[in-house]
Amino acid sequence: MVVLEIFTYPDERLKQISQPVQRVDDALRTFIAELEQTMRHSPGGVGIAAPQVGRFQRIVIVDVSAKPKIANHGRMILVNPEILSWEGMVKGREGCMSVPDYTGNVMRAERVTVSALDEQGEPREYHCEGYEARAIQHEIDHLDGLLFLDRLVSRRTDLFRRKNYGEKKRRRGEGGATPR
Amino acid sequence: MSKQWYMLTVVGEDRPGIVARVTTALFEGGCNLGEASMMRLGGNFTIMLMVELEGSDGELRKLLEPAARSLNLHIHIDGIKGRLHRHLEPDVSITVYGADRAGIVARVTGVLADAGLHVLELDSDVAGSRETPIYVMHIEGHAGEGIDALRSALKLIERDGIEVNLQPVDTMVG
Repeated sequence: MVVLEIFTYPDERLKQISQPVQRVDDALRTFIAELEQTMRHSPGGVGIAAPQVGRFQRIVIVDVSAKPKIANHGRMILVNPEILSWEGMVKGREGCMSVPDYTGNVMRAERVTVSALDEQGEPREYHCEGYEARAIQHEIDHLDGLLFLDRLVSRRTDLFRRKNYGEKKRRRGEGGATPR
Repeated sequence: MSKQWYMLTVVGEDRPGIVARVTTALFEGGCNLGEASMMRLGGNFTIMLMVELEGSDGELRKLLEPAARSLNLHIHIDGIKGRLHRHLEPDVSITVYGADRAGIVARVTGVLADAGLHVLELDSDVAGSRETPIYVMHIEGHAGEGIDALRSALKLIERDGIEVNLQPVDTMVG
């Protein structure tokens, strides 16, 4: 098992923009396997991006399947990922292997559609929501030199999460008014 | 004397520049700052600030005297055992609102404490109008006996006409 060193902020290299992968080959797959082992070695880690270990290529791994009761696609290898569409915004708490001992609230799209190559170089498309969508957005940010620290919001920013607000309204028979 | 952490409490009528004056005095006096909560409450400005200093609480007070005098600030200092890197992660976020009335905080936090809630952060506001004030409170905490215990407890409160929204906080680490 290979565990790569994870860069931690204030290492300036985390701010570097990663370049697209040109060729998906065995060498890349070897690296992806090491990146995945590094992610799984970290307690609670559900995602990792190549630049976190100093490889400035657009590669992200996300696997939130260990979390109970959430929609997920299992193990996702995303090479050259692109977010094609966003929907809804929701606040959630994030931490990062590259920012130890700190967590904070960040707004993310609730649903995203993502295109990427898989580890065989085949184009794939995923519709993700909630926790998995959050993980993907967090990891893709790393490819653009962004940390969740760049997107922190105040704890006073929101009052209610949109989804539950809507459910509550319906339950009371007050009609389907769109919140805000 | 070795380095010691203090909890510094500052309260005074709000005006621009309080944070800058206080923290500049501390910096120039050789202090190191830790975690802090600073907020305007009812026209006052309040600071709770961890300050590390190689010196006594008397020396710390002396550093702050000029700023305190000119800005009319009340200063309180406690030596503390606390230190940095002792964060507890919240796993639940609770928002409460309703018509403002006596006892709302005691009622809500009492029920939640009995159900195992450890409050890590709480902020609250009285808003609305003078005639019909509303109360809004936001809590982040740790559910010692699980989230379902809190949910059951909150049903009691909702019967009293207090709106409560509970969300599990599942921190995403990537």
